[in-house]
This record gives sequence, structure tokens and C-alpha cells, in this order.
Amino acid sequence: MKATGLPSVASTFQKIKSQAEVRWQELQQARAVIMVGAATCGRAAGALEVLRAFKNELKKQNLDCPVIEVGCMGHCYAEPIAIIAKPGHPPIAYQQVNPVIAQRLVREFILGDDPCLESVLGALEASDLVPSLADFPRAKFEQKVILKNCGHIDPEDIDHYIASGGYSALVKALQLKPGEIINEVKKSGLRGRGGAGFATGEKWTVCRDAPGRPKYVICNADEGDPGAFMDRSILESDPHSVIEGIIIAGYAVGARHGYIYVRAEYPLAVHRARLALSQAKKLNLLGKNILGSDFSFDIKLFQGSGAFVCGEESALIASLEGKAGTPNHRPPYPAVSGLEGKPTLINNVKTLAFIRHIVDKGAKWFTGIGTKNSPGTAVFALAGKVVNTGLIEVPMGTTLRQVIFDVGSGIPGGKPFKAVQIGGPSGGCLPESALDLPIDFDSLTEAGAMMGSGGMIVLDEDDCMVEIARYFLEFTQRESCGKCTFCRLGTKQMLEMLAEFTHGKGEIKDLDTLTELAEDIKAGSLCGLGRTAPNPVLTNLRYFRDEYEAHIKEGRCPALMCQELIAFYIIPDKCELTCDACVGTCTVEAIYSHPKKRYKIIDQEKCVKCGTCLTACPPQYNAIVKLSPPSEVPK
Amino acid sequence: MAKAKEKTRIKEQTRRLLNRFGRKRSNLIPTLQKVQEELGYLPREAMLEVAQFLNIPDIDVYGVVTFYNQFRLNPPGRHSIRVCLGTACHMKGGYITLDAWRRRLKIDQGQTTADREFDLDTVACVGCCVMAPVTVVDDKPEGQVEPTKVDGILLSFEQERKKRGKKKQ
Repeated sequence: MKATGLPSVASTFQKIKSQAEVRWQELQQARAVIMVGAATCGRAAGALEVLRAFKNELKKQNLDCPVIEVGCMGHCYAEPIAIIAKPGHPPIAYQQVNPVIAQRLVREFILGDDPCLESVLGALEASDLVPSLADFPRAKFEQKVILKNCGHIDPEDIDHYIASGGYSALVKALQLKPGEIINEVKKSGLRGRGGAGFATGEKWTVCRDAPGRPKYVICNADEGDPGAFMDRSILESDPHSVIEGIIIAGYAVGARHGYIYVRAEYPLAVHRARLALSQAKKLNLLGKNILGSDFSFDIKLFQGSGAFVCGEESALIASLEGKAGTPNHRPPYPAVSGLEGKPTLINNVKTLAFIRHIVDKGAKWFTGIGTKNSPGTAVFALAGKVVNTGLIEVPMGTTLRQVIFDVGSGIPGGKPFKAVQIGGPSGGCLPESALDLPIDFDSLTEAGAMMGSGGMIVLDEDDCMVEIARYFLEFTQRESCGKCTFCRLGTKQMLEMLAEFTHGKGEIKDLDTLTELAEDIKAGSLCGLGRTAPNPVLTNLRYFRDEYEAHIKEGRCPALMCQELIAFYIIPDKCELTCDACVGTCTVEAIYSHPKKRYKIIDQEKCVKCGTCLTACPPQYNAIVKLSPPSEVPK
Repeated sequence: MAKAKEKTRIKEQTRRLLNRFGRKRSNLIPTLQKVQEELGYLPREAMLEVAQFLNIPDIDVYGVVTFYNQFRLNPPGRHSIRVCLGTACHMKGGYITLDAWRRRLKIDQGQTTADREFDLDTVACVGCCVMAPVTVVDDKPEGQVEPTKVDGILLSFEQERKKRGKKKQ
């Protein structure tokens, strides 16, 4: 792409950029810079207490070092994380920092010169002294594009973003013709990261060519899939990258107004996105005649109200219009007739975050990453039974095995892998045999799962496949808006059958009814919610039918999870007799001592099966077991 | 009498808030969000005021309020307990945690304790999956909340309450 025309946009921006760079340089002059990862997950781990501890100790020591709240680095298992950049050392990330460690870091590393190696997660640059993050096994597989800034810049300071190269893609875009930008996006082969994988360039073209004014651009940040937190993390850690993408999209399709539709459950993301918008406006990167060009664009933030179905584009639009979020028939697609009947471009947070990179580095660079039909990288939220939980970004085509065992370091406690749940309530559980599948849009759909928005939950032998299917059905059934009969009544019917199975009831022939019903719901629903709701059950039945049979025929839960089908039991021979750990910990006082022999007994009537005693029983005795079916408990 | 007084107060409070918003239908959800933020819930009187202000049928307001999970029709407690039931939380025992809260507070999800001290609800996912099982206590996500931690959290509130009581004396 060649940039031609308006030199004034570039020179206006140059001034802004130089100022940002000066501020960034000043920051590096400090004795040390402390960055604390304070996205929602960091905060849940206690990042704010750590932040306060750093500030207090610096004050006590009379040190003037900036302490910055940054976003999420992706190493969630190591939260709270703090990075200390001290000249003379590589920037070092510390893990599981608590107020005491924070105090020590100030005294011994910043005041002294000892980098406190025992708390180190890794250095951000290669160094002889400290192991570097680049040497981690996951670094070999990861390639950060849209997560690059996350955790390394202050999301509440636009200058950090600009100094790291931000908004230069917008400047470049404003000097191009809209058609040229769309062409580049088309050539890049970028597919929508919201889940379905529709070609982004196509969508843009349709919206650009559609008659009707004004046009709208909506950033879909209604990340409702339980188990997915990629969009939240990006908005909390690098909001400007999304905003830049929205503005470029607006320019390309000829829109004048934009919206960011964020879930109500993400207050921090709302706060940071709102702040970012006002900062961008102040620098005229948003608003009237952006950077002196003749393009004007504004973005409003809209908070969702907690309805999963609003992630579906036509429901999202209804919600923006102040109505209940029920989907509408498509076509016409929103790109032709959307908000208030006008052409509306709706893209996911991640899709929009890719735009600046494609404009900046070109389509060729982008197609060089990933696979032929799914170029670029994929972002996953890795959680569940995996050692290194967190946010990861890998090139498309990476296998599930590499993601779970190399990037995620496998299952905790060396337990065997059972399945991985991908794509949330629209996806499915894939077994061991699918582990060597390269991840891309098409291969996952073929295997019965779905890319979805990128939640990945690893399951081990303690997780019951019938229960997880029931869980997802319960979710979609509750979130179904009720417009289509099959979705409204069918999911309810399916849920009731699955609930029966988890209680050890039902008949084998119900499995066929279940499959039949699932196919009907898929065919008879308007929107993605209904059309994909049966997926978790179908894939589950395909790969784990034996577990269903165990529940139905034997009333046994092989994973020992379904509460109705298990009982806790203390093996008298293993019980230590004088130890009272289980008695003290039982939340409902269901455990007592045998009046003569002193070993402990669980009152099955009182027991609520919470499993607290199982954790409390010292490992050297290991006297408490789960049994299924409950009739296994000796009288 | 007290009831009538409360009703008038709610009406007045709502009306004051409404003046900040335009009379466009598309403002309905942000308006309701603001009213709930101020009042803590959406009482009947407030919904009627909103409908009148936007000049739309009462049922449209009620329809939207009951459609979205975020809106609540009963007053909140002093402390809010939100048990996350996202996939990761569920698989790590979120439902056991919910049971523990229900047992201790003696209320079901969607309800408020009689002394209006706690309200209990579930949330689909707060995106802190790696800290599973999570319970959001007064806007602060708490990680690894198992039944014993439920007791711990309640104990800390109990102590706080005692302290407050002492100060008053």
C-alpha cells in the first residue's frame, strides 16, 4: 500500500507522537518503574493490595518511582504479577507478589541491587542473570500480535499506546482511499474472531456498498460465553487498539458513528474503554475532522444488561434500540439493514484489534501467519484443569496438544487428560484422539466443536461429561430468548433428560430421542444460540457415549462428580483415629467418631457432598473416598 | 403510611434522574441502569415513571426489565454475593459453593435476607476463570471460594458488624 495525499494528517499526528515519546522517555529515566498487572483477574488475586504496598513502601523509603497499573500479561496462574524495570537490569516480571514481597522488592531491588531471584517469573529481555520469559516452553509456540501490548503499557494513558506505535495505522489509513483499506483487509483473509469466522473483508464491502445513511460500526464486546475472557482482557489492557480498529473500520465503510457494546459484568473494561475514548477525543483522534482530515467519527459506549443472546448481532442491535434483545430473521444482514434500519458493521473486539496491524504491516505479513484458510493468530483463554492457566495467542494451525501440553504445561497432578471444551455453549468437548488437530475455523467445526470466541476449558478424569453437557444446556436454556419454539421448548426438554441421567434415571432409548431433538433444534432456530445449543450434547454423545450408559444403566458416575450418584466414605482402617481434621472442617457437622473404636463416620443423611473433608484429610492417611453408586458404602 | 412515603420518595428520586436523559426510546436501557444504580433495584413506581417519561407502554419497560438478567425487582442487601457459574467455576465446584451460600444465608438465589444484610445471586461468568470457583462479594471477585471460605467471608462481615455496633455505642 502506498500512502498518498494529505500531509497535514501526518504532521498533526507527528506532534502528538513526539509528545508521547518524550513522556515515555521521561518514564524510563526514573530510578525504577513498577508495573502491577491490575486487570480483573489480577485484582481478584490481590493486585490492588500489592499496588498499595508498593506505594507505601516507596513513600517510606522516600523514593520517587512511578507505580503503574497495567493490564493482563496472560500468565494468569502467576497473578498477581509485578514488572520492575530498573536501568542496568532487564525488566523483570515477579510472580505471586504479595504485600510482603512488594516491600522486599522495594528495599532489596530498588533501594539495593538484589533482584530477589526467588520471586522471579522471568525477565522480559534476554539476560545472563535472570531466566527469560522467551526461554519458557510456551514462548516457542506463542506469537503475540493483538496481545503484544497487554500488560506492558498503561491502559489508562493514551501516550503509552501512542509511544508504542499506536494510532499510526489510523494516520496511514486516513491517507488511503477507503477501497484500498478494504482491499487490504480482504487480501489478508482475516476472518471474524467472534466465533463464526465470516470473512471480514466481505462484510466490510457489503456494508460500504449498501445504500442508506448514516452507517454505523459496532464493536461487539458482549463476551457472554462462560469460560471466555479474551475480549475483557484486551479492553482492560489495551483499549486503544480496539478503538483504533473501530475508527479505521468506520472510515473504510463510510460510517460516522460507532458503538462499543460491552457486557455489564465487565465494569473495569467499561471504565477503561470509556476513559480511552475521552483521551482519544481530546487529541482529536476521534470526533470532528480527525487530525485535520475531512473524516469525522464518534464512538459511544453502551453497557449491555446481562443477556447472553445479545452477543448475536441482530439481538445486539435490538438491545441498542432499547428493546428486549431478541434476534431477527437474517437476511437482510445488519451490514445492509442494521441499527435503525441503516447499514451497520458489527465486528468482534479481536477482529477490530487486528485491523491496525493489517493496515500497518500489510496483508502479506498477515497471511504469513497461520494456515491458508485461517490466517493470523488465535487468542484463547486457557482455564480448567491445566497447570499454566492464562491468556494465550498462537498462530492458527497450532495443535490442541501443543496448546494444552506445551503452552499450558499439561494437567495438574499428572492426571490423565480427558477432554477439552472449546467454544463454550456453542462448541463441544473433544477427546484425546482429537488432540493432534490443528486449530482453525474449519477443522474444529468438522470435529464437532467450534472456534467460538476462544474459551478453552481443559477437563480431566474428575469431570463428568454428562454433567458438563447438562451444564451447558442449562445455560442455553436459561438464556434462550424464547422467540423460536424449538429453542424455547426443545432445550428445556433436552435439559430435563440430561438432568435425569445425572440422577441415574432415564433409559437408553432416551439417547436417540436426545439426538433427534438436537437435530430439530438446530434446524428450527433463527439465531446462533439455538442453532448451536445442542452442540455440546452431540459431540459429547459422539465421543463419550459410554459415560452416558454408565449413568443410565448402573446409576454410576465414572468421574465421581454427579452429586446424586456419589457418597463420601471414611475407610475405618485408614482413619488415624486421633486426628479430627475432617470433623472440624465439615461445614454441616455430619462427621462423628465411632463411640468405641474412635474412627470417624460420615452421617450420609446430613452430608451435603461438598468435598471439604476430602481435602482436609491429611495425605498420609488419605482415608476419605468418593464412591459411586452410593450403595457401595458399606452398611 | 411508611409505604406511601417510600413510594413518593422513589417517584421523586426517579424523576430527578430522568431529567438527565433524552426522551428517546433507545435511552431506555441506560436510563434503567442509572435508576437501578441509584435505587439499588427497579421498584414498580420507578418503572412507571420511566414509561411515562419515554412515552412508551408500561409493559415495554417491564418486558425489558425482566428480559435482562442485570435488572432486579427486589431491594438489594447491604452486601451482594454473586456466585460465578461459568464453565471453569462450575467444573471446579461453583455449584457446591452456591449450596454453601444458600445454606448459610438461608435464602435462595435471587433473594435477599430478611434483615436486608445479604442478597444472593449467580452470574454467568465474570471472566476470572483461572481463580475458579469465584464469588463476587460487593464488586470484588474472590478466588477459590470453597465452603470453608464462605464461612470465612461471613465471619469477617460479622466482625465488621460487631465493630460498627461498638462504635455506635
